[in-house]
Amino acid sequence: MEPGLLDFPSLGLSIAVKLLIMVGFFLTAPLVAGYMEHKVLAHQQDRLGPMEAGIGPIKHGVGQLVADGAKFIQKEDIVPTAADKWVFSLAPGVALVPALVVMLVLPLGPGLFGENLGAGVFFALAVSSVSVLGVLMAAWSSANKYSLMGGIRAAAQLIAYELPLVLGAAAVVLQAGTLSLVSIVEAQADFRIFGLLPMWFVLPHAIGFLLFFVASLAELNRPPFDMPIADSEIIFGHMTEYTGIKYAFFMLAEYAGMVVLSAIATVLFLGGWYVLPGVTVPELINWVVAFFGAGPFEFHPVVAGLLGVGVTMGKIFTLVFVMVWFRATFPRLREDQLQRMSWLILIPLGLLNIVVIAIAKVLA
Amino acid sequence: MNDVLTAADIFMLLVAVTGGAAAISVVISRNVVHAALFLVVTLLSVAGTFLMLGAEFLAWTQVLVYVGAVIVLILFGLMLTRAPIGPMAQHNENGHLAFGVSTLLFLFLCLVIFRAFGDVRLDLQYTGAAALGEVIYVEWAFPFMALGFMLTVALIGAIILARREEGEGPVTDLADEIPARDSRDVTASPGAISAGARAPGARAAGGGSAPREVQQ
Repeated sequence: MEPGLLDFPSLGLSIAVKLLIMVGFFLTAPLVAGYMEHKVLAHQQDRLGPMEAGIGPIKHGVGQLVADGAKFIQKEDIVPTAADKWVFSLAPGVALVPALVVMLVLPLGPGLFGENLGAGVFFALAVSSVSVLGVLMAAWSSANKYSLMGGIRAAAQLIAYELPLVLGAAAVVLQAGTLSLVSIVEAQADFRIFGLLPMWFVLPHAIGFLLFFVASLAELNRPPFDMPIADSEIIFGHMTEYTGIKYAFFMLAEYAGMVVLSAIATVLFLGGWYVLPGVTVPELINWVVAFFGAGPFEFHPVVAGLLGVGVTMGKIFTLVFVMVWFRATFPRLREDQLQRMSWLILIPLGLLNIVVIAIAKVLA
Repeated sequence: MNDVLTAADIFMLLVAVTGGAAAISVVISRNVVHAALFLVVTLLSVAGTFLMLGAEFLAWTQVLVYVGAVIVLILFGLMLTRAPIGPMAQHNENGHLAFGVSTLLFLFLCLVIFRAFGDVRLDLQYTGAAALGEVIYVEWAFPFMALGFMLTVALIGAIILARREEGEGPVTDLADEIPARDSRDVTASPGAISAGARAPGARAAGGGSAPREVQQ
């Protein structure tokens, strides 16, 4: 495996830098996603959303989630008398940690990744599937029938939608011929439709992308798949009994999950840090300046890496925007509709997709 | 034998001790849900062991399949049936027998492993997913396909066993079902469910009017 930009000769230094960047990303990106949810949803419903809280002179509610966080910390930490105290307290952590661990393998820019694992996609999918355990632990330990119902619904939903998620990703792995997330991005840069037109995998894998995106909404319990936390029926599912910082952990886990699954979708289907299919930002800038007659510029690898991070972030938050848009658009699916959609539509479609991709791959 | 413990050895030891302790907790825990959660720790430590042995792909498979799916199914089953909070009086008369059998099995396995390997040191190397795939799908393709066939047969068998035969098990209350619009059965028109359609076995008896049921 090629070392990335963050692999310094000193092991301790590279671990420290990677941890710092990961924690920084973890603490900021979910907040941006949460802020987007507040504002985008508000504007789509023709209201303003948070307007007052701000950071310094910038208002428009940009400080809303920071203020929320401060509020959550001050709240009383209530554990129901009948609850199983240990499991109840551990559950928010179990829900949150997988999202943090997956960030280890996400490649954000050229050479900018924590670790380029040989089985990166597989690692990301495996670890992110653990977070439902936190949901189940919370559901059971709360000693509340609404929580338990939410947990059962969440488990049924996860079992149904884990398969389309993996099938969508497996088709991409088949196409790229590698499990490493970094190599998949590079494979998309070299990919040509019919050997001519450079394109990301999103076009040949339109079905796979759809499967992956729908299944990730279901994994995150996002609308229209929010049956497990349906507020009009079971209050708030597994989170009903949670208050204060533990509740904040669950919300953070949801937003971090949105960012992480959008990032995996970006890497698998949308070409990662390439701004156009097969074109990086420095190359694009050089094309534009060459058009005006200026000479090509040399970009330092770090600068090129950071520009790539910008492109990746843009794609990630476009997908997060679509997730919020879905929430404002679609009504909630009923439990039987939800199960039927996965087992009768998405999974057969995913299997068919893999067969078609495999045939195309052999013929090409 | 005065080898110095490397970081890998210490990690391996830690994983083994954690896994072993969790495995004992699974058995002695008085609460079924706690037992299932301890099982998560055991399965994760098995994944850690695979990782230390250089089988990266196998380790993540362990996490995806066992922690992500099997445990979820176990917890799902427990929550659907019985999941009281707090200790539960387990009616277990075979406890002593089970303890004896498992101790004997443990000693037997220890003996076999020590006799087979003894002081042999394995030269461990990293096995990537590509190398693993080559072995499974090229070298061992036939056993792999045979296994796949066997699992499919087991799956179909499970469906046949679970499937309700005609006139067996609780009869579905047809009033709960949304009647099919395109059925030739006049009683199945929306909002008009007659007493005849409600009777057990009516769908099988009404010749030609049971398009949704496969006749055995």
